[in-house]
Amino acid sequence: MTPNLHLCLIPLLPLIGAAINGLLGRRFSRLQVSAIALGFCGAAFVMALWVAARFSSLTVPYIEYVAPWIRAGDFRADFAFYLDQLSLVMLLVVTGVGFLIHVYSVGYMWKDSGFYRFFSYLNLFMFFMLTLVLAGNYLVMFIGWEGVGLASYLLIGFWFTKDSAASAGKKAFIVNRIGDFGFLIGLFLMIKHFGSLNFTQLFQTVSGMGVEKDEAGLLTAIGVLLMVGAAGKSAQIPLYVWLPDAMEGPTPVSALIHAATMVTAGVYMVARSHVIFERAPLALMVVAIIGTLTALFAATIGLVQTDIKKVLAYSTVSQLGYMFMACGVAAFSAGIFHLMTHAFFKGLLFLAAGSVIHSLGGEQDMRLMGGLRTKIPWTFWTMTAATFAIAGFPPFAGFFSKDEILWRASRVSLVYWGIGLFTAFLTSFYMFRLWFLTFFGEYRGPEGAGLGHGAGQHHDAAHSDVPGDGGIHESPRVMLIPLAILAVLSVIGGWVGVPGSLGGSNHFGKFLSPVFHSTIPAAVSEGMPPEERTEGPEPTAGARQELLYTTVSVGAAFLGLFLAWLLYWRRPELPQRIADSLGGLYHTVLHKYYVDELYGMLVVKPVVDGSTRILWQGIDQNVIDATVNDSADSARHLSDAVRHMQSGNIRSYAGWVALGAALVIAYMVWMGVQ
Amino acid sequence: MTTAIDSSILTLVTFIPLTGGLLLLLVPRRDRDIRIFSLVVTLLAFVLSLHLPVHFHRMQGGFQYEVNKHWISSPNIHYHMGVDGFSLWLVVLTTFLTPLCVLISWNSIHERVKEFFIILLILETALIGVFTSLDMFLFYFFWEATLIPMALLIGMYGHGRRVYAAVKFFLYTMIASVFMLAAILWLYSKVGTFDFVTVQRVIRGGNVENFGGAAIWLFLGFFIAFAVKVPLFPLHTWLPDAHVEAPTAGSVLLAGVLLKMGTYGMLRFNLGLFPEQSRQNAPWIIALALIGIIYGALVAMVQPNMKKLIAYSSISHLGFVVLGIFSFTAAGLNGAEFVMLAHGVSTGALFMLAGILYERRHTYEIAEFGGLATPMPMYAAFFLFIVLASVGLPLLNGFVGEFLVLSGAFAARAVYGILAATGVIWSACYLLWMYQRVFFGKVTQDVNNSLTDLSRREKIALWPIAVVALSMGVAPLLWLSMIDPAARTALAPFSQIVSSVVGQ
Repeated sequence: MTPNLHLCLIPLLPLIGAAINGLLGRRFSRLQVSAIALGFCGAAFVMALWVAARFSSLTVPYIEYVAPWIRAGDFRADFAFYLDQLSLVMLLVVTGVGFLIHVYSVGYMWKDSGFYRFFSYLNLFMFFMLTLVLAGNYLVMFIGWEGVGLASYLLIGFWFTKDSAASAGKKAFIVNRIGDFGFLIGLFLMIKHFGSLNFTQLFQTVSGMGVEKDEAGLLTAIGVLLMVGAAGKSAQIPLYVWLPDAMEGPTPVSALIHAATMVTAGVYMVARSHVIFERAPLALMVVAIIGTLTALFAATIGLVQTDIKKVLAYSTVSQLGYMFMACGVAAFSAGIFHLMTHAFFKGLLFLAAGSVIHSLGGEQDMRLMGGLRTKIPWTFWTMTAATFAIAGFPPFAGFFSKDEILWRASRVSLVYWGIGLFTAFLTSFYMFRLWFLTFFGEYRGPEGAGLGHGAGQHHDAAHSDVPGDGGIHESPRVMLIPLAILAVLSVIGGWVGVPGSLGGSNHFGKFLSPVFHSTIPAAVSEGMPPEERTEGPEPTAGARQELLYTTVSVGAAFLGLFLAWLLYWRRPELPQRIADSLGGLYHTVLHKYYVDELYGMLVVKPVVDGSTRILWQGIDQNVIDATVNDSADSARHLSDAVRHMQSGNIRSYAGWVALGAALVIAYMVWMGVQ
Repeated sequence: MTTAIDSSILTLVTFIPLTGGLLLLLVPRRDRDIRIFSLVVTLLAFVLSLHLPVHFHRMQGGFQYEVNKHWISSPNIHYHMGVDGFSLWLVVLTTFLTPLCVLISWNSIHERVKEFFIILLILETALIGVFTSLDMFLFYFFWEATLIPMALLIGMYGHGRRVYAAVKFFLYTMIASVFMLAAILWLYSKVGTFDFVTVQRVIRGGNVENFGGAAIWLFLGFFIAFAVKVPLFPLHTWLPDAHVEAPTAGSVLLAGVLLKMGTYGMLRFNLGLFPEQSRQNAPWIIALALIGIIYGALVAMVQPNMKKLIAYSSISHLGFVVLGIFSFTAAGLNGAEFVMLAHGVSTGALFMLAGILYERRHTYEIAEFGGLATPMPMYAAFFLFIVLASVGLPLLNGFVGEFLVLSGAFAARAVYGILAATGVIWSACYLLWMYQRVFFGKVTQDVNNSLTDLSRREKIALWPIAVVALSMGVAPLLWLSMIDPAARTALAPFSQIVSSVVGQ
């Protein structure tokens, strides 16, 4: 293309910001810290826009080689960057949403004593995330992959004096490492069989290979292993457990890292590896099943959470499930489409929730909210836009992307479609539940909220803007403007992907088609088990049928809204009665199916106890070391010299050895002189 | 001009610390002068040692900066020194860590200061000598010479059970070394020289009498000496004791350099002299390495004592090195050497950091701490950086070596790579858990509230480590470009074995 495109600058800019604030930030004023952080992040955004303006119609990927990195034997991996429509979409989402959240954070974190540290971490995250999406090979992607994990660790545990925050950060890192283990093995397989981790070479080699129809071969293994990595990073079953805990981080972090960008890295990685997955139908099926189950499973937990951020966290897990469902039915561009709209509306939901929490002086329990509609109208209206978007109401952004996923899933199996549809209904229900509980009815919190900052200085947003202003207050403008922009995007963001059945022409899908151009569905449906394939309706029905499916899913959204309205507005006493009548089932869901407890019992405790009692105290001390000391003891009885040595006078012993050594040297030197 | 320097540089680098130590005898007992003098000497050795990588011919295999002088005719001992890509970096690692040891011992050693620094300088010479010697007698001499100063450091300047730990360390490694001595003497009796290069050539030429039957015993003789030093499971129990009792400088050199004598020995002697036996015995050696990786990590995880935790983590990391070496792949060998260096830097740093805390609180018990990030933010930041380097975060030093070893092991046999790769999970577990217990949460003990953050001297000791850890992660080619030729040379006989097997 052009030699003047310095792609590597885009990630490097925020890295410079992170370094400046991290090393010198303590001496800066808050304004200076914000200027640096926003400046470098904004510069990356501007550059991304410029790249988008000039390079959106690439026919072949643009590859930028920067420098060699690792070379050993025949293996080589270099610092290389890669731009195609897929990375361009990610680039815009990450820098755009990222920049807005940076702006918001200035207001949100203003009173925090770790202000400079926060922005340093945030910029560091941008560096790694941009490295991840622009990487030209899997190893550079792995830099970003691990790096965003680090940033996530630092930011979840940002308020490190809180034990729960510190534990959540550690948990996130370790669970992600389990996923990384799979990812790494996948990489080793690629190295062993293809000799390269370079996207260009690798995908070229792979595209020459056939579809692994009947047997689970190399590509299937690679695909499944990559999915293990993706399940860690993108919080899918069975590795999703870290994400709800990650809500311990400041809310802008939840918005940026744990909703809009980092957690979508797994989806991006699977989409990036589509060449591999397209040839491994079994691996695709694994992706689809994991995604579908996670979508449903997390949504059910979201139904009963009372912490506003926890609802959103489970919702994120569930929405990520949709994205994997899309990838699993080889509808990669639909998955990326949902990734983008989700970044808008879920980022907004978290920021708006942060604004709610902020206005209440740190309260996160929805049971203590209510009636906030008139008190914080900006927050209310923006959150409304996001709620309608995630619930899938036309013409909001989430409608188009979710609908495309459901339609494409129905082409592969009606089971995916059915579960996805039911999940859509649940989504609409729990989101409107949140909406009604927070903004409607009577305010149920304590009097004088917004003053109640005594709960500990490190509660989320436990700081008022004007000391003693009393009462519930709207957030400052620096926080509201990002909300407004994201609200607009949550409304119109889906219009780039209006399907043909609704009179559009899916510009988004076409835009991505150079990336996902290969024709896969044929291969995929052939690879699917017959009973799942035959359930699908005849593809000839076309647009009218698609419209029918759309109507059904809109109906599900309305049903969710109606039910939430009935239970949390019209008859607010009903939910408790229902919960009581469900008894054990309700408690199981409320306790998140006891999965954390199960992992603790089955994995953590046996490993820690086993390591302590069996390995350390048992084998190490009582077997190995005891044997060593015993043989030393018996030797002591055998030999006077040794007994003398063991008497403890090491210096005299060492002296003898030194003397002996000196004599040997003297002898040798003397012989040498001769 | 350059040739004169090239041929004397190894002698200079090796013996400058010893000379410094002898001169220190003449320096009056003013502690400050002694410290400054030692710092200057060790820095001088470091600066001189940089000549080695700067003027190294990257494209060349073999040994460079060689000096080979006839020394003693009976027995036939040569003063033969030289380095290749493997040993060169271990020399630089030693000279890099020793000045930092001087800095970190500045205040913590306040009794018998003069003796301490003399011992430290003698130890440095012995360590460098191990890596530069190409005459097996010379090698053995330096090998044993490291024992005395290290045992003295532990025994004289250590903590509570220092004498027990010192004797254990001494006996354990001394006894194992006897087997190596026997092997060396057998070779000498057949070949008539201690010269490594000659012995290697004669063996490869098939001109050693009775070699076929003896080879396995010779291999094992060398191997046992090295395995104890590494230490390879189950010969490792001297290490936690030695570390817990050793003064900080002792621990830094013990973990940073001394353990690598074992893995270096495997590379040089086991692979170099006995390629066929190496291949035959690789399965059980790899099994022990894999056990070490997982076992060391799991036992590290549950240690209540910070230094013991780091000691067990070393067992795990050194398992990676052994695995890489016996994978007989280029990636594995490059990775093994890189892990040695990376581990030397980051574990050295971890021991320095533990020592900094010990100076303030006189304990290594993790339970005594908690919430330290509040009173000591700078210390916490450095500690985290090193923890991240140790868990193998990409762009830091730990990643490159670990990745190469794992990919080499995986290429050799998938199951090796898979089992060893669980190490990436375990290392995150034990280090982050320890970090959380020491630094996060609220300060639980009042005494910890008043702890002072890093002093300027401590920062000066830690910054170089941080810079090197980052450089090794970002620009590993500075190191790998010299290691790779050595790895290729070391692997040459293996490809012949393979082709001869295939040929049959």
